[in-house]
Amino acid sequence: MTTPAMARASRPAGAPDEDTVIDVRDLRMSYGTNQVLTGVNFTARRGEVLVLLGPNGAGKTTTIEILEGFRMRSAGQVGVLGADPAKAGEDWRARTGVVLQSWRDHGRWKVRTLLANLARHYEPYATPSRRRPYDVAELIEMVGLGEQATAKLSTLSGGQRRRLDVAIGIVGRPELLFLDEPTAGFDPHARRDFHDLVHRLSDLEDTTILLTTHDLDEAEKLADRVLILAGGQIVADGSADELARQVTRDAQVRWSRNGERYVHATPDATAFVRDLFAQYGDEVDDLEVRRATLEDTYITLVRSHETGHPDEAADAFAGLEVSDR
Amino acid sequence: MNPATHAIRVGLNRGWIEFTNSLRSPQDLGFYFFTALGTLAYLFFNRHDDWEGLPYPSVVLPSILGALVAFGAYIGPMYSLAIEREDGTLLRAKAVPRGMTGYVTGQVLFQSLSALPLLVVIVVPSLFLFEIITERGMIAWLMVLGIAALGLLAVLPIGMIVGSLIKGPNKIGTWGMLPMVIMFGTSGIFYPLQELWEWVQVAVQLLPMYWLGLGMRSALLPADAAAAELGGSWRTLEMLGVLGAWAIIGLLLAPPVLRRVARRQSGSAVEAGRHEAMRRVQ
Repeated sequence: MTTPAMARASRPAGAPDEDTVIDVRDLRMSYGTNQVLTGVNFTARRGEVLVLLGPNGAGKTTTIEILEGFRMRSAGQVGVLGADPAKAGEDWRARTGVVLQSWRDHGRWKVRTLLANLARHYEPYATPSRRRPYDVAELIEMVGLGEQATAKLSTLSGGQRRRLDVAIGIVGRPELLFLDEPTAGFDPHARRDFHDLVHRLSDLEDTTILLTTHDLDEAEKLADRVLILAGGQIVADGSADELARQVTRDAQVRWSRNGERYVHATPDATAFVRDLFAQYGDEVDDLEVRRATLEDTYITLVRSHETGHPDEAADAFAGLEVSDR
Repeated sequence: MNPATHAIRVGLNRGWIEFTNSLRSPQDLGFYFFTALGTLAYLFFNRHDDWEGLPYPSVVLPSILGALVAFGAYIGPMYSLAIEREDGTLLRAKAVPRGMTGYVTGQVLFQSLSALPLLVVIVVPSLFLFEIITERGMIAWLMVLGIAALGLLAVLPIGMIVGSLIKGPNKIGTWGMLPMVIMFGTSGIFYPLQELWEWVQVAVQLLPMYWLGLGMRSALLPADAAAAELGGSWRTLEMLGVLGAWAIIGLLLAPPVLRRVARRQSGSAVEAGRHEAMRRVQ
């Protein structure tokens, strides 16, 4: 292994450095004659939370399974933690975490026993900077299964099982974590806990996270960057704010005056509101300024794909500068 | 620590937990209880018969033990693999470093240990209920354990390979049971091999089941009972040779077959399995 400093020095500018955790170039996948992915490109940097969105059948799961090393791609280059997942070995596996959607496996096992046994698989892969695995008791508390620690898996509710899935996914203290629809079936409380956990992993552990979801509100809360997969390609790549501004720079200003309601779209809502007050003062009531949400963006983009103008939408976002944070 | 041997240790821990889970499971205990009850009842009703001066239970018990060990070693891993491939157990193993090593080690230990309770619940009551004549005493029972261990090594991989090839639990009935009925029906355990056609006799002697039964008989029956066997001998060397050969073939063949199965595991494959299972229930 080269030291990080050497690796940094030997890389030409612009090439992926050791902070690039995922590097996908022109990834293609077809099942028979059905082309699911027709050229996917994106990168992820250390500690980033990426949320992959897209309509059903767009290839989100296919993409994530290729990156996990669970599925062979048809063509293209894929680098995950500096290796090709199709060929990577057990050392690589130890650095990744996968949150699986279980349903009835290990029904006779107790929560703590299963987690402890799986945790032991990571013991040989500890490094001075990354203690592996997590302390099992601590992790059980962290995902909120303290009271179920000695319960059999077959007695867990759907939400409790998902919490255990998450615990198993992160027990090896992964540098990169994959989650395919992790919060499906979570109640609002469990969802909030899960969001806290994701923030904690990315902030404190510097874990890079790639997750898919259908919950756009969740995507907006969690994502450093949102990727929208449609028509077999990434059609949008940026923070939720950047994407929203790309679809429309206008904000909607609503207010009422003398019992009548008004709506006005403007790129500079602050200036408009200042003028509004200067002109009407106390008469202005029920003021509301609303920017385009991720949901507006998503619907607009996906619709433009489904109506057969994919190039238009892709062009609209081609100019988008994705800031390297 | 060496990651490979570490994974085997974790797998042994896994197998032991599976075994203790099984001993606490009403389902598994019920299986042991009813198998023992059926076997003991059969021996009990025939306890006054005799064969060439030996009490009947004494004569058939070795064959029954051989059959049960072979049966458990075949059916156990076959079921486990067919089911655990569909429910995501295998995928979980694949998602942790060297998880497949741990899973397979665990299976081998668990399935081997599972033969013990079955032997105990049949042998111990038999010793009290019937006149079981063993000329060699304790040594005979140690031989039984040794031959059982070798038989497990010979048959377990067959069960694993068949389980890997079956497409889901709903196919166990046809593709898992059919070979079993044929292999066991002709194994010489249920009736003497000499009564079958000659080509069947040759085929059966290529399979491990017959030799496992023969080995058990050679351990427990008096030396002159060998006269009733094919060739009038226990053929101890051949027995060890055939069982050993199957163990080696199995241990060489099982890993690539299991790797092939594991390679096909993914979240969407498990999801498809779940839909299939839901459809079956409805």
